[in-house]
Amino acid sequence: MNLNELTAHELHDLLKAKKTSAVEITEAVFLRIDKVEGKIGAYVTLTKDIALRQAKLADEKIKRGEKISPLEGIPVAIKDNMCTKGVLTTASSKILSNYKPPYNATVVEILNALGTAMVGKTNLDEFAMGSSTENSAIKTTRNPWDTDRVPGGSSGGAAASVAANETILALGSDTGGSIRQPASFCGVVGMKPTYGRVSRYGLIAFASSLDQIGPITKDVEDCAIAMNAISGYDEMDSTSVNKPVPDYTKALKNDIKGLKVGVISDLLGIGIDKDVKDIVLKAVKKLEELGAKTEEVKMPTFEYAVATYYLIAPAEASANLERYDGVKYGHRSKEVKDLLTMYYNTRREGFGSEVKRRIMIGTYALSSGYYDAYYLKAQKVRTLIARDFEKAFGKFDVLVSPTCPTVAFKIGEKKDDPISMYLSDIATIPVNLAGIPAISVPCGFSNNMPVGLQIIGKAFDEETILRAAYAYEQSSPPVPLSLKERGNI
Amino acid sequence: MALSKKDVEHVAALARLGLSEEEKELFTKQLSSILDYAETINKLPTEGVPPTSHSIPMKNVFREDVVLPFKDVELIIENAPEEESHMFKVPRILE
Repeated sequence: MNLNELTAHELHDLLKAKKTSAVEITEAVFLRIDKVEGKIGAYVTLTKDIALRQAKLADEKIKRGEKISPLEGIPVAIKDNMCTKGVLTTASSKILSNYKPPYNATVVEILNALGTAMVGKTNLDEFAMGSSTENSAIKTTRNPWDTDRVPGGSSGGAAASVAANETILALGSDTGGSIRQPASFCGVVGMKPTYGRVSRYGLIAFASSLDQIGPITKDVEDCAIAMNAISGYDEMDSTSVNKPVPDYTKALKNDIKGLKVGVISDLLGIGIDKDVKDIVLKAVKKLEELGAKTEEVKMPTFEYAVATYYLIAPAEASANLERYDGVKYGHRSKEVKDLLTMYYNTRREGFGSEVKRRIMIGTYALSSGYYDAYYLKAQKVRTLIARDFEKAFGKFDVLVSPTCPTVAFKIGEKKDDPISMYLSDIATIPVNLAGIPAISVPCGFSNNMPVGLQIIGKAFDEETILRAAYAYEQSSPPVPLSLKERGNI
Repeated sequence: MALSKKDVEHVAALARLGLSEEEKELFTKQLSSILDYAETINKLPTEGVPPTSHSIPMKNVFREDVVLPFKDVELIIENAPEEESHMFKVPRILE
């Protein structure tokens, strides 16, 4: 077993026992990157010098016998829509292709303070708008399980980097499924925390009422460790919530006896691949065997969730992306006659087609005469979707569904059909609209491609979904070696 | 909702977004079908339902209005597409 294939908690034990060093771990990760990154394309920017410098600091701390954090010396990849001071932060967009932020995102500051080693910045759909990472203006990222397939998106680079052992863990962001869907497609664990649980300061904004940062890891324990690190109030983010942060690792009790699990029947019907459905139902059966009480639950508003999302998210995006005007940073067109042509040409050259498409939808939905019919109506439906969840949580502790309707699709398969691409987020989008937390854990394989189980919880009850995910993970059979080798390319 | 090319041009102008001729053609088609799809929400009655702009209830957050120094001004200026005497330079706006 190579060091880069281990989890953060396994490496932490080795570091504490002085059986390895942080520099050795970082070097193992970069050796792996040298070998497979050409095939995977997970990273936009690699920061080996920074990683090695941080790893050395961690090793010195260990040598001095100081107490180390659970993430000390652990290599971490950061999605390239989180600001890293002096390090290129592109959001995988041409308009930010030369942008070096003058400050760190709060989550990056936290990870630095905990002694992690930053491996690099991972690829995404431009401005996190997409479900396959094909909308990146920088490069194509491939699924480590089958390089003809997409890694999912928008945190496709982050999920692929974890799955291909090119890092130990990664941070992604999730607006409509952008952590959970790629985690599902790549066979790793991904969590979207409750809205407000993790600071968004320094996260390049897409849809401010939906965006949330969260971890992508190799197992549930690492997810809990990462959640411990990044959760908490930040005065720099006025939407972060000032609530005490529990020790999430304490939730990892292998016991779900009596846990009330609602199985969302609307996400096991039309549009859901038969194989995926069978695998998820098998996982539900497993939860029952472990002592959970499961029952079907109907969420009648879910069929409207994707449509609602594709009004609200673009509306917010069109406002957030107004700032890219070529004045203070980023790309500025050379075809400039006056201020107006500077705006038009900078944005024409700098944005890719999906971003333009969403700016157009959002601007239209907010424009005079259409606001009530589109944006306001969507916000009302959003209330009804949240009420469906409230009602269900009156009866259940957690809700489960497939994370995605299918396994990872082929590169190019959905590129020219926006609505079919949008529908791949059908199970994840309602969660963002309601602001609640959810996790995706691997639950099997269909045609050798990973399938994810989504576990949804009440607001600020990440503990219960971690507990359920952990119990499931501990009981599920380990990935067959032949598949694991494929997963390792 | 069928959009015309003129509608597309109008919305693009509101967004200060330059579009190529091909993009205008493509978006005329695609935006119409996306809006058609979005309109499925009209099937759901919402009379008397309050809109949700934020999923987690929160109040306005205030702090004292004090200026804090930012120590890395140089890093901001280094990002400027065009700069003069520590100021962002843009095309002339007044004749």
